[in-house]
Amino acid sequence: MFEITRRRLLTTAGSLATVSAFGLPARAQGKDKVKAAFVYVGPVGDYGYSFAHDQGRKFLEEKLGDKVETSFVENVAEGPDAERVIRQLAQGGNDVVFATSFGFMNPTLKVAKQFPDVKFEHATGYMTAPNMAAYNSRFYQGRAVLGTIAGMMSKSGKGGYVASFPIPEVVMGIDAFTLAARKVNPNFTTQVVWVSSWYDPAKEADAAKALLDQGVDVITQHTDSPAPLQAAEQRGAIAFGQAWDMSSFAPNAHMTAIVDHWGPYYVQEVQKLLDGTWESHDVWLGMQEDVLEMAPFNPKMPDDVKAAAQKIVDETKAGTYEIFTGPIKDQKGELKAKDGERIPDADLLKLDWYVEGVNA
Amino acid sequence: MSAMLLISVVMGIAGAATPILIAALGELVVEKSGVLNLGVEGMMLIGAVTAFAVSVHTGSPALGCLAAMLAAALSSLIFAVLTLTLTANQVATGLALTIFGTGVSALAGAPYVGITTTRLGSIFPQALAEDPWLRVLFGHSPLVYLGLILTFGVWWFLARTRTGLVLRAVGEGDEAAHSIGYPVLKIRYLAILFGGAMAGLGGSYFSLVLTPMWAERLTAGRGWIAIALVVFASWRPAWVLAGAYLFGAVITLELQSKAAGFNAFAPEFLSSLPYLATIVVLAVISAGRRSAKTRAPACLGRPFRASA
Repeated sequence: MFEITRRRLLTTAGSLATVSAFGLPARAQGKDKVKAAFVYVGPVGDYGYSFAHDQGRKFLEEKLGDKVETSFVENVAEGPDAERVIRQLAQGGNDVVFATSFGFMNPTLKVAKQFPDVKFEHATGYMTAPNMAAYNSRFYQGRAVLGTIAGMMSKSGKGGYVASFPIPEVVMGIDAFTLAARKVNPNFTTQVVWVSSWYDPAKEADAAKALLDQGVDVITQHTDSPAPLQAAEQRGAIAFGQAWDMSSFAPNAHMTAIVDHWGPYYVQEVQKLLDGTWESHDVWLGMQEDVLEMAPFNPKMPDDVKAAAQKIVDETKAGTYEIFTGPIKDQKGELKAKDGERIPDADLLKLDWYVEGVNA
Repeated sequence: MSAMLLISVVMGIAGAATPILIAALGELVVEKSGVLNLGVEGMMLIGAVTAFAVSVHTGSPALGCLAAMLAAALSSLIFAVLTLTLTANQVATGLALTIFGTGVSALAGAPYVGITTTRLGSIFPQALAEDPWLRVLFGHSPLVYLGLILTFGVWWFLARTRTGLVLRAVGEGDEAAHSIGYPVLKIRYLAILFGGAMAGLGGSYFSLVLTPMWAERLTAGRGWIAIALVVFASWRPAWVLAGAYLFGAVITLELQSKAAGFNAFAPEFLSSLPYLATIVVLAVISAGRRSAKTRAPACLGRPFRASA
């Protein structure tokens, strides 16, 4: 529903275009204390996307102590309401406003133009201004780790994927997961069930159960509730957490999770403001920058699987592993990336095709 | 489709239908008494969070269900005082109750985010409940059976008891009922409390059966479906049952067909099917000589002020 836009709807052709046509960069000057405000699209209690951003805010407070003062507004609807909230925060003496949802992009840009002395940071979008930066996370790197574990641990060679909407962000995850799984088990297939919602625990659970009925023994998800994990736990399958360590919901099924770890980035940006070195930018961060982490591996995971998964993490951090490196074939068997060729970021951000082995 | 799969599908249908059925039966009684309470979603959330919290602290999911009914009934009492005693607008007050329930459940549930509790267990011996074949009869949550019993109970109460007749009379003609000495407000108070308790019980199904956890907005709009169901089922318990199970069936078959790799249609289309199918079928079966307007309780949503 309307929540589609809340996420990283990066389809737009001008994905990487920047809006920085005017003005000189704001003059650098340090500060003794920075007031930072955060705007969330969901409740901080969603135990998922907004929760993870709020953990980042807490991390920031913890690290910088009395040099930073933070506040947040949750459940902000995208659109005119967001503009009002962001403007209020800018007027309220904040030095920087972090707008954490895709749909806040245009309102943030609008307010940024009116408040040249306040800095704005927008997550998962593509527009920037001299005082507005963009930041995003390479969630797909974590999907490759999950795929490796799934490929090695699945007995049936069939994985189930509870997914929200077929937008590039989600397609990217499905493809990365499947590519990685097929590297260790060439016959691995991924069955996708779309639930057309980011958050509907009942339907997510039913989708996971339907997949398990069809013989998959691995459940992974790109929706926000721990419901699919609980279904996997009940049936003795394995599964992965989403956006945060969800092992408390499924101590046996939960192998690991992709944890959004925005904290270090927030610390870095506020530190720049303190130092007076902040500049507008557009970054797509990942494991190398510690924005993305894997939750601790389940002790029940076999050692060779742990080692293989850790290897992917280490190599991704070292910059030597990139899952979207050819040869990559699509569902029809057509070669999309030649041997050794890497799919460019611009193409990933508008990805709309599935790799071989995906049934979506 | 193998037999095992068929059994899974049946289990899935009952599971998806039950919370909606229970909440809708409560709302049906409320509406039959002439009151429109749009607060079902909020009361379900209050029920869900209470059930979870009580279950965590006492270790008893059954006690959680009872507490959920009590808490949601209490929240419906706020609605009752505002709309009956203070004759506030029912639509606005109901919406306010949903907003209130969403907020207060999030607040009360904050300490419970990220933990889990015992699932509400079966009332039958494990050998029956977990038997691959017999589970189709004995493996459901107790609330599934309760939903069926309640359907019969509500029908019997409305159609066969004197109190039920009085309740319907109050909903069809409050002035007339009042003039011959029936306590209109008292009956409506009781109906609203019943509706609240049922919404709470329906809500507890989410946090104790479907997904033993608490997260904000856990019910994800099922309360609204319950309200819609009452209207499309023309205020008849048996049709509410049919509608809820039909909704559950289409949602289960939709997911099963997707999981089986059937993807001839866009996922968005399949996701809209449960709603479309339920509306179409109920609209067709309830298309009689009487229009929806005349089937609705005549005093639905109208405030009642006792004249001397």
